[in-house]
Amino acid sequence: MSEASSPTAPPAQRNVFKLARALFVAQYAYMSEYRAELILWALANSLSFILMGVWHQAAERADVGITPDEVVRYFFAVFLVRQLTMVWVIWEFEPQVLKGGLSSQLLLPLDPVWKHVAGHVGERAARAPFIVLLVVLFFVLYPQGFFVPSVTTTILFIALGIGAFVLRFLIQYTLAMGCFWTERMASLESVNFLLYMFFGGAIAPLDVFPPLVRELVLLTPFPYMVWLPARVLTGHVDADVIVRGIFVMAVWCVIFLAANRLLWRLGLRRFSAMGA
Amino acid sequence: MRAGAKDGNTADVSTPVAPVIVAEQLGRSFKVPVKAEGLGGTLRYFFRRTYKEVHAVSDVGFTIAPGERVGFLGQNGAGKTTTLKMLSGLLLPTSGRVVVDGHTPFTKSPAFLASIALVMGNKQQLMWDLPARDSLRLQGAIYNLDAATTKKRVAELAELLEIEKLLDQPVRKLSLGERMKAELLHALLHEPKVLFLDEPTLGLDVNAQVAVREFLQRYNERTGATILLTSHYMADITALCSRVIVIHEGKLHFDGDLKDLTARFTPEKQIQFELDHIVDDSDVARGLAAGAGVVRHTGSEGRIVRFGVAPKDLTRSLAALLTALAPVDLSVQDPPIEEIIGRVIRGEHGTTTTTATTS
Repeated sequence: MSEASSPTAPPAQRNVFKLARALFVAQYAYMSEYRAELILWALANSLSFILMGVWHQAAERADVGITPDEVVRYFFAVFLVRQLTMVWVIWEFEPQVLKGGLSSQLLLPLDPVWKHVAGHVGERAARAPFIVLLVVLFFVLYPQGFFVPSVTTTILFIALGIGAFVLRFLIQYTLAMGCFWTERMASLESVNFLLYMFFGGAIAPLDVFPPLVRELVLLTPFPYMVWLPARVLTGHVDADVIVRGIFVMAVWCVIFLAANRLLWRLGLRRFSAMGA
Repeated sequence: MRAGAKDGNTADVSTPVAPVIVAEQLGRSFKVPVKAEGLGGTLRYFFRRTYKEVHAVSDVGFTIAPGERVGFLGQNGAGKTTTLKMLSGLLLPTSGRVVVDGHTPFTKSPAFLASIALVMGNKQQLMWDLPARDSLRLQGAIYNLDAATTKKRVAELAELLEIEKLLDQPVRKLSLGERMKAELLHALLHEPKVLFLDEPTLGLDVNAQVAVREFLQRYNERTGATILLTSHYMADITALCSRVIVIHEGKLHFDGDLKDLTARFTPEKQIQFELDHIVDDSDVARGLAAGAGVVRHTGSEGRIVRFGVAPKDLTRSLAALLTALAPVDLSVQDPPIEEIIGRVIRGEHGTTTTTATTS
């Protein structure tokens, strides 16, 4: 094959930065078209505030292992983490497989996953102003919850937040690969979501779990997608828990990345067998 | 009248050119689960699935020279789209061999992907809520074109397609025809050498169909790109392609000049007269007498009467018929090409063996 000599062969060195920028700009523009929806989506996540109220009451009445003030900060941090780590790739991927839209994506010299990633990042950028608005609104309504994290805490929070997003994306995108075999994969995501909410610490802080259960849960990927970053932001985690958390998180990322790539290859073979 | 109306086929050169597409004994079968009806059938289907092998394409072979415009004809389910998908690398053939521009399509090497485009009339690629220009800029980056090149090509293609003014409107605001033009621009931005089009004019009105056809022809003449297209609209094929490949039930039935196809499968021209009165048996008898054995009556309705005649006898019989019937109006036509395709498929007239073409 004379691929190198082909006049249409693209230059070997592709400018990754330029491509990433173009993907981001396009997706940011796309998501900005949904300004009204974005604020609704942001508000739709106010479950954290309801749970904040519930747990605050409980903490005021009895010792639940966390103080009322910590409860407020924790659920505020949970809200923030969930805003920053929203993932919906399975809902985009499923129709692409079922209706065949994936075919045209496969003929582009770019793995389709990057458009999904750019979509999520672009959405985050478009959502950011609304998140800031909600944060300000929260502290105006509830000034006693106001706190300023240290620089180290902020940097660590951002790093863990990115890690949480990557892990959540990897898990959901891996589940999405099931669309190649069965038609309604999104229903499995509802189960995944339930586990994520409960074991992730979005319903109740992990600190109130019985110690043995907590130790077991800490081996699953879920706490690292909500609890760990949220707890770090509110400044109540020992260094060894963080270090171990980052390690467990990395291991799960590697596992899901490997599973994802394997299922992707097998899935494509099957997609082709079905008639692409 | 239709065949060869536009004979812009650049492949008719005397020196042999290496083909850009080679398909040899290409076959593709699918395993389709079979379920019997009723509860018993459902239970059996649940526990032990039986499959049957469906041969979507079998033993199809052809070569296409650079710059050719080839029409791919056949009924729904004939295997046209399956073949296009094998040529573009979406499907792995179950048998045979396919080479496009020196590459094995299914490996989807970056060089291969950069040299082809597949446009499916029923699939859209532009971002729905954004102006086409945003999608085009991204497409340029994906194909590793620099900003200046992207801009230049968009300007050129938009001019050819006459959609310069529409590129800044959200795609959802465009009409179906305008959107198809924008989709074409998007698909051709990287200047593919080989263009596969699956029903590019699906659902478009006549004006938009003509615009798309004219654009494809100009694009082919300008860039020398090879075009392989399927369409339900015969006019697409007759206007664009001088060579056609007919497949039916996954098998190749004809490969050759559109003119040959017409000549071989339509041995007669159709003469149609409009008389000044309702046609009766005596008119038909007078016509047949005047035609002296070389014309045959093919039908009449109201004031219209039709005769079939071999092309070599056309002038002579036409004169005799005019004198005998004194019509108020007349026309001479080939039978509709849809009918010709039907004959090819049914194997009527001529042989159904394939003819070697070009290269």
